[in-house]
Formats: sequence, C-alpha cells, structure tokens
Amino acid sequence: MTVMTKLMSAATGLALTAGAAWAEPAIIFDLGGKFDKSFNESAFNGATRWAEETGGTFREIELQSDAQREQALRRFAEAGANPIVMAGFAFGSALEEVAADYPDTKFAIIDMVVDAPNVRSVVFNEHEGSYLAGIMAAEASETGTVSFIGGMDIPLIRKFACGYAQGAKAANPDVTVIANMTGTTPAAWNDPVKGSELTKAQISQGSDVVYAAAGGTGVGVLQTAADEGILSIGVDANQNYLHPGQVLTSMLKRVDNAVYDALSQGEDLETGFNVMGLANRGVGVALDANNEGIVSYAMLSKTFGAADQIVSGEITVHDYMSDESCPALDF
Amino acid sequence: MIEFLNLFSLPVLESSLRLGTPLLLACLAGLFSERAGIFDIGLEGKMLVAAFFSAAIAYSTESVWLGLLAGIGASMVLAVIHGLASITFRGNQLISGVAINFLAAGLTVLIAQTWFKQGGRTPSLPEEARFNALEFPGLDTIAAMPVVGPVLANLILGHDLLVYVAFAAVPLTWWILFSTRFGLRLRAVGENPAAVDTAGINVVFLRYMAVLICGVLCGIAGTYLATALQAGFVKDMTAGRGYIALAALIFAKWRPWYALGACLLFGYLQAIALRPDLLEAAFGFKVQVQLLDALPYVLTVVILAGFVGKAIPPRAGGEPYVKER
Repeated sequence: MTVMTKLMSAATGLALTAGAAWAEPAIIFDLGGKFDKSFNESAFNGATRWAEETGGTFREIELQSDAQREQALRRFAEAGANPIVMAGFAFGSALEEVAADYPDTKFAIIDMVVDAPNVRSVVFNEHEGSYLAGIMAAEASETGTVSFIGGMDIPLIRKFACGYAQGAKAANPDVTVIANMTGTTPAAWNDPVKGSELTKAQISQGSDVVYAAAGGTGVGVLQTAADEGILSIGVDANQNYLHPGQVLTSMLKRVDNAVYDALSQGEDLETGFNVMGLANRGVGVALDANNEGIVSYAMLSKTFGAADQIVSGEITVHDYMSDESCPALDF
Repeated sequence: MIEFLNLFSLPVLESSLRLGTPLLLACLAGLFSERAGIFDIGLEGKMLVAAFFSAAIAYSTESVWLGLLAGIGASMVLAVIHGLASITFRGNQLISGVAINFLAAGLTVLIAQTWFKQGGRTPSLPEEARFNALEFPGLDTIAAMPVVGPVLANLILGHDLLVYVAFAAVPLTWWILFSTRFGLRLRAVGENPAAVDTAGINVVFLRYMAVLICGVLCGIAGTYLATALQAGFVKDMTAGRGYIALAALIFAKWRPWYALGACLLFGYLQAIALRPDLLEAAFGFKVQVQLLDALPYVLTVVILAGFVGKAIPPRAGGEPYVKER
C-alpha cells in the first residue's frame, strides 16, 4: 500500500508541475449526517484514516434532503472531484442518471449495484458476518434458543437472518432459531417500542440471545435484552458499548474499509463489482473491552475457525438474495 | 383448545397492556380536543416532541420527573400553536395538525443531532432516569400465590406509574366530561358553540382549555414511550401510534370507556401480531402479520361505514367558531 501511495504522490507532483488540476476525491454522506454513530460515521472514519495516512484531502457534503442527491453528485463531478464516493444505497437512482454524463469521473457507491462502466459497486457479504454472529449466539445460549429481529421485511434483511440461522445451526444442530420482522413499511426501522415487545415475546419463547438488524428499532431490542438479562448482538457499527457486558458482539460492516480502499485507489479506481466479505475484512464480528468478559475462549476458537473456513472456501454460507430461499430458516 | 387459550396467555396480555397504554393516553387527549370541536391529527407530533424532550431532560438532569415535566411542556407548546392556528386565527384544523406532525418529526431529530451528536437520538437513559415498575410491598408473597398470583403480580401490579395514570385517566375523563359543569360546557362547545356563547360562556377559553388538556395527555404518552417503555429517544419513535389512537377514538365513538376498550383491543392486536407462532398453533395455518397490523384501521372503517352502530362526531368539529355580527 505504501509503495502505491508513494507512486501516487509522485504522480501528483508530476500532474501539478504539468499544470493539470489534481483531482481531489469527494465523499457524500447520506441523510443522518456523518456523526450518526453508524453507517455514515464509519464512512467518515475511513476517509479520515486515508487522509491522515496519505496527507491527502477530500471534499465532503452532508445531505439534508433526498432532492440534493443528484445535485451534489453533479456539483462534485463538475468541480473535477475524482473519485466520488457515496455512502448508502439510496444514491442508486441518482447515480444511474449522473454516471453516464461524466464518463471520465469514477464513482463508488456503497451497498448498492449500479451498472455503469465508471462505477464501482461495493456490496457486503452480510451473510458471512451474520454466520459468525450465529455461531457465537448458539455457543453463548444456555436455553438452546436464539432469535433474530429484523427491521423492514426486505430481502437484504432476510439475508442477515439466513446467515445467522446457518451459523447457529452449524454450531449447534439442535438450536431453535426464531426470526421476526418488525414490519413491512419504512416505519419498521424506527420503532424501538415494537422492538422491545418483540424481544420480550421472543424471551417468552425461550430465547436468550437476540440479534437485531433493525436500525433504530434495534436500540429498543438491545435495551430490553439488557433490562431482561439476556444477551444481544448489534449490527453495522460496533454497538458493544451501548450496554457493556450485555451485548455479546456486533456484526460489523466495514464501510470504513470500503471507503479507505476506494480513496486509496484514487483516479484509477477499479470499477465493477467490489465484494467486501470476510476475506478482505469487509465484514466481521466486534471484539473489544466491552464484551471480553462474556466471550469465551471456546467460542472464539470456533468463530475464528469458521471464519478461516469461509475464507478458504471450505464453508459456503448461503446467500438468501441469490435465490430468495433459506435452507436454515422459514420465513 | 389449549392453543386458543395461549392466544390470551399472560405475556401476550402484559404486552397488550404496555402497547395499549400510549394509545389510551393519546386517545383520551384526542377525546378532549375533539369533544370541544377541535380536530387534532397532531397527536403523533405532540407525542414525538414529548418523547424527545422527556428523554433529553431526563438524561441531562438524571431526574425522570423533570423529564416528565419537560415532555408535557413541549407537548403543550405544540398544543398552543395548534390552538392559535385553529381557534384564534380560525385556520384549517387538519392542516395545522399535519404541520405540527412535520414540525415535530424534523425538529426532534435536528435538536437531538446538535445536542447529543448520536445520529438524531438521545443517549440511553440510566436506570434512575426512567420510570421503572413500581415496587408494591409484599409483591413476592402475592406472586407466590397459586393461579391468581402471577396474574396479580405481573398483569395488574408489575407496571410503572404512568400505566396507572393512563388507566386512572379514563374514569377521570368520564367524570369531568359528564359530571362537571366544565365538562358539560366543553361538550356543548363541540356541538353548538353559538348556544354556549349566547349563554355568556367564553367559547375561545373553553376550546383552549380542551387543547391544553390534550397537550398534557399527549405529553404523558410521549414520556411513557421514551422513559418507561424505552430508555431514550429514537427518531420517529412514535411510529404512527398517534394515528392509531385517532382510529381508536372513532372506534370508541368519542366516549371515554369505549376508548379504554378500543385501545386495549388495538393493543392486543399489536401484541398478538408479535407472536406468529401462537397464531399458527391456534389456527393451524400461517396468519399474515400485515393483516393484524391493518386490522385497527379496517375495524375503524367498518365502524365509520355504519355497520356497527353509528359513529357521530361532535357536530361543530373542525369548524372554527365565528361570532355572528
């Protein structure tokens, strides 16, 4: 990486002396802002890490409304920013419009696929990370029942649930996996009250580890799990700190790594599919001071063992979105 | 048979009670307002600001009581705005209500983000800054009693203060509206404000009182969501409960005791929707959760269509009062 960075800065020097404008990369944060303790903040951290390590600078904008997406993209493209990274699937349709108008600009979109020659589509293998979370859940469970609470019932969230169930069943074939979705409308992402009640309902069915992939609803899930004395699993960002000692782990989506990678490649950004899986540290489970007391050595060795096997291809975790079905769970 | 009884098992009923409480408070809030002739679809927004300010103040001061006051206060500010728009300036009450919902949705997230920088939510409240289950003396002995013990301990006694406030508000509302002079006048203002005015009673004052009481009850409802059911505010956390409460109000035909029944029923429907396993065991096939989520609205439409009795709203509802000149 450092060699490449040096090469790039050499190229920069040349470009500057040649009188050409050196393109700064740009990053567009989605609604919610860059300090959302989640997706955007993770993207921001990746960009900051790149800036600190390379001494580069980047331009940025925090969107205030949906209507600004295309406008922000065009403004950066007109100003010569390259590459332009956008955090969030919601940019999909705006980018489809814009990408063709700026064939010399490279774009990177995270969590969405846009089919254009100058676009890198970064997608995450959430099912692999969830598989590891499932292993840890089944290992930690004393009742033999673990559960999952999704936000809105969409294929992406079923992908999380399916990976989780496969992991849990791999660690303990007798485990019972309960899965509930909060709702079928976008309100399901922000209904912590319903999340709490679902958690209580799952506890009454015997669950003692609950995995929440439900946005703001998950806050209620983690809270109730802590109140009722069972373990919970966070999602996207590291949520272990929310209830130290009571959140078993968090399934991480390393948006920061994706952004860092895109910025490092600069104008020569490799376009097309970019799958962030276990192999290239795109997903994983969080281990820190907050959960070291509840994670056992046996649990860890099993989890890391499975991670190695997934990376080497010995285990293939079924992706729900590939055929809209799940071998380990009925929806 | 046992599968059917399981549909009414203790955890489900407890859950219904918890989910029904915010509906009940908001429903009674709407009842006061609409009985006085002021339609209020801003219940949702008032609950939302109350949820935010109660959580924010409870977190900053570590006192849930100050949180409750802040929640009620914030909700009353929006109530006054609604009052100004629809009583003083005789604007359209529905539009004012919609505006209040939008205002609340945007304002709460904006303030939360600038204040706490956690993506538009408040930090989690510590134990002492929340309404916890009341500790009745001898609760353990009661819980140990056979059969009735668990019911008493979990279903009747094991709640926080605001749940009892909500249930006490039902007879209180009934008493105020139907047994006091103030209540009689309030209802009259919603039916025929001109007659009330002719009798020399201040219509504007009465309508403001109704709107303010509505603000207080919505404030308690929002506080209940953020500090009793949850430990903090999350954006849009009311998740449409204000609208379900409005549906319950129509379902209850603007009567307090019916409101209790309607809210418990809607709470039960929400609770049973969380247990697809019990439904499948009872009916032998998979019941779509969406169906249960939609049921409160379907029932309300059935009532409105006049299939089960008639739902007649207060006659002067929605109309600003203009003195004849």
